[in-house]
Amino acid sequence: MGMEGIGARVARKEDKRFVTGAGRYVDDMVVPGMKHAAFVRSPHAHADIKKIDVGAAQKMPGVIAVLTGKELKTDGIGNLICGWMIHSKDGSPMNMGAWSPLAVDKVRYVGDAVAIVVADTKGQARDAAEAVEVSYDEKDAVTDASAALKKGAPQLHPEAANNLIYDWEIGDGDAADKAIASAAHVTTMHIVNNRLVPNAMEPRAALGHYDKAEDHYTCWTTSQNPHVARLVMSAFYNVAPENKLRVIAPDVGGGFGSKIYIYPEEIVCLWASKKSGVPVKWVADRTESFLTDAHGRDHVSEVKLALDKDNRITALKVDTIANFGAYMSLFSSAVPTYLYATLLSGQYVIPAIHCNVRAVYTNTAPVDAYRGAGRPEATYLLERTIETAAREVGLSPAEFRSKNFIREFPYQTPVIMNYDAGDYETSLKAAMKAADYDGFEKRRDAAKKNGKLRGIGMSCYIEACGIAPSAAVGSLGAGVGLWESAEVRVNGVGTIEVLTGSHSHGQGHETTFAQLVADRFGVPLDSVSIVHGDTDKVQMGMGTYGSRSGAVGMSAVAKALDKVEAKAKKIAAHLLEADEGDIVIENGELKVAGTDKAVPWFQMALAAYTAHNLPDGMEPGLKEGAFYDPSNFTFPAGCYVCEVEVDPETGRTEIVQFVAADDFGNIINPMIVEGQVHGGIAQGVGQALLEGCQYDAGSGQLVTASYMDYTMPRADDLPSFKVSTSNTPCPSNPLGIKGCGEAGAIGSPPAVINAITDAIGNNDLTMPATPQKVWAALNAKH
Amino acid sequence: MYQTTYHRASSVDDAASLLKKADDGKFVSGGMTLIPAMKQRLAAPSDLIDLRHIRDLKGVKVSGRSVTIGAATTHAEVASNADLAKVCPAMCNLASHIGDPHVRHMGTIGGSVANNDPAADYPAALLALDATIVTNQREIAAADFFTGLFETALNEDEIVTAVSFTAPDKCGYAKFPNPASRYAMTGVFVVSSGSGVKAAVTGAGDDGVFRSPEIESALTKSFDAAALDGVSVPAGSLMSDIHASAEYRANLVVVMAKRAVAAANG
Repeated sequence: MGMEGIGARVARKEDKRFVTGAGRYVDDMVVPGMKHAAFVRSPHAHADIKKIDVGAAQKMPGVIAVLTGKELKTDGIGNLICGWMIHSKDGSPMNMGAWSPLAVDKVRYVGDAVAIVVADTKGQARDAAEAVEVSYDEKDAVTDASAALKKGAPQLHPEAANNLIYDWEIGDGDAADKAIASAAHVTTMHIVNNRLVPNAMEPRAALGHYDKAEDHYTCWTTSQNPHVARLVMSAFYNVAPENKLRVIAPDVGGGFGSKIYIYPEEIVCLWASKKSGVPVKWVADRTESFLTDAHGRDHVSEVKLALDKDNRITALKVDTIANFGAYMSLFSSAVPTYLYATLLSGQYVIPAIHCNVRAVYTNTAPVDAYRGAGRPEATYLLERTIETAAREVGLSPAEFRSKNFIREFPYQTPVIMNYDAGDYETSLKAAMKAADYDGFEKRRDAAKKNGKLRGIGMSCYIEACGIAPSAAVGSLGAGVGLWESAEVRVNGVGTIEVLTGSHSHGQGHETTFAQLVADRFGVPLDSVSIVHGDTDKVQMGMGTYGSRSGAVGMSAVAKALDKVEAKAKKIAAHLLEADEGDIVIENGELKVAGTDKAVPWFQMALAAYTAHNLPDGMEPGLKEGAFYDPSNFTFPAGCYVCEVEVDPETGRTEIVQFVAADDFGNIINPMIVEGQVHGGIAQGVGQALLEGCQYDAGSGQLVTASYMDYTMPRADDLPSFKVSTSNTPCPSNPLGIKGCGEAGAIGSPPAVINAITDAIGNNDLTMPATPQKVWAALNAKH
Repeated sequence: MYQTTYHRASSVDDAASLLKKADDGKFVSGGMTLIPAMKQRLAAPSDLIDLRHIRDLKGVKVSGRSVTIGAATTHAEVASNADLAKVCPAMCNLASHIGDPHVRHMGTIGGSVANNDPAADYPAALLALDATIVTNQREIAAADFFTGLFETALNEDEIVTAVSFTAPDKCGYAKFPNPASRYAMTGVFVVSSGSGVKAAVTGAGDDGVFRSPEIESALTKSFDAAALDGVSVPAGSLMSDIHASAEYRANLVVVMAKRAVAAANG
């Protein structure tokens, strides 16, 4: 590793503009003639639309257009789709109800878009939106997924009888039942995974611009994957053909999954721009974000874990109900199936696993992937159950886990995944050492003297990242391939542009991707620029989510670099009159190995473009592209230890220590990786202690629709984390990278809850473990 | 936010006359409650009359044990006032824990008192201290001033100009913040003075700030945290919401009272 190459703690190139307020976000974009949009949204969770009267709104000052779903349908704009087909266990395809970008005859959740108003100013658009008169016929609403499955529950979509989207299973149910029946011990758990609101710092936004003269659309949008947005808007929503639609995702202020999806607003802004003849910008306010960003998690599961007389796990059986909200969001169907149940083996040898999942419509915001997407649900369920089982059979949580660890790789789980590499014992030991696990009882006694209840909890997580081999996900129902593209352009004087289909919305690609190039060619980091987020610049890409940018996006870059390197060596060999096999690249020079003959990198590049003296038949220029399709998922894993002190008088939990020992494979920039772990743990602690999205069961109103009621983690809720890595390189991609973006959010919630339940001696506790809940659990008879 | 017209009042009389002229005017001080409500389109005054720049309303005066705090004094100014810290440090401490630094440098004691948010900190202090709320029309005892949730004895055109109180022998405040908003989910201000013990509770009552006879009677016997061991307060008239049930709040009243007494006893 050089000062700026792979493994270096390089400061982020992009931070200068972010910390000086010079970032360029969608709301910073200004197009001549641009006007502003406001959406009319349903105040009801479930209602028929009787009539929409736009007359008064159209007469309001500054109003240019008021458009409804009927006109949208007339113009042939399509319904939103879910892009991953799941079949129920009876073989029938999932029951997907229609989701019109603007509701036509029915609204299904509070915030459902009904009409768009375009006006000269944002204020005028909002004033006029209030003047749109919508007559509703209110119906009963249901917000809880279990309740929605019951007989007589309000029905959301005619396509989905009993609100059931699918009833899916994986694994061998008979084998699991048999093992449970003959088990020496069975641990039974009821696991609730709380609903979360993503809360990216930058709210969603869209600017649609239709150029009549060119018959061409441009959409600036807050997207994690602008190319997927273009593909879907072209192929399914009939907004415009791909060659007439440019999608740009400029600086994007956080996504966490919520900006993967193509939402009604960007479609409607593009369409409204053509209808109204002006560029149309919409920026969500925070309330709209709470109401309409795709939420995360919301699972309820029944769990049985069977052990033999030696405390080895023999089976796991899970029955999960997943709340999908009012409509099926773009990747919603994959989250509680292939991103969830396939991870239920965790780090353990479990001979028999069976999981049944029922996906359910309710009158709530759509639910889709949120940092971790399915894997936090699997990890929380498994690690709470494992810790409980250890307590029940009287083994230490570490010993019980260690006894059941997978130790030989590759390891085929009973639920599809084939783990390629890992060393769980090393992470466990590293975490226990960093946490001074052995000294805990002394600390517990000391805390007791201060009137505090101290507890310790552990979580050994595994996740599947680098999503994913296209053929494999295709066979599981994915509507897209999950490869990535890259193009490396070496300029005439040797500076380099890397075009990637990955999208950075906080991850630091402009730094880490450049480090990869600097490392390969020994050129200064500053001579490498990363281009992303624009369909007119980067041909195609699948975007950033599921911790895939390193493992998949950078692997594509590495493949393109291979091609550049091969051609560069040919040119250098020609210039140096040497054999290309003898050329090595070191410190920005192409050298004949073992001699002092060398040509500087920039001179080789210049030669490629002057083309005065190239090998016979070689094309001028130096630009290579590559598509990389991964051969497997990657499997980051680790062990997290959380130590808490509970104030028994108030139930308040303080996290006094948090240790993360991760295995991320090879690491490009340790500082950025640590930042990802810190952020992930903050979100995981948020889920465990603070964040709980609540709807009023009767009215379907979102009760936690602002920061007055929805608790985001703050700095003073968190301790200083002790993070470390001990890495086994990933054998499945050229860089040995596993991915680190979601680990913190996946591994931390069970560690926190295991610690609190250890402290209070009551295992009956749900997330978020608010002071009130912990106090009640402490005072409950058990 | 709906359209509104902003006025910066130069004096209390100017403010009163601006209000009279306005169609549907509203006084604003720090605006820490009103402005967010307007941004959410939950309030739509035609005119905003800003009281913060009226010189007469600013500053803390301490004379012996007599304290007067001008209505436009910010929480940060109360928190950092050295004279006040000498005679009534609990008041400085309370102000130093309102909101965040931004709120403390914008929000004012007059605005907080006039708004009477049931989870605000000052009302508990003023009620326990037997403070007087001074307006441009009269003087009102705290016990008569805070009349319910966001309700006060103020007339439409009445402006709080100051609060005054006599610094007691001992006082202390402890609050348990709402995890999301960090307003007091339960806050207790205790006072021990020649005229006896008073304990006022904010954030918990279903009708706003109130005095707790159970806490006061226990502390009257002995102004000591241990005197509250085994004491309970009825949950019947306490708030229940998604963050805290009435029963949990009843527990917090006693716990916060203990901590407030401990703070008062230093």
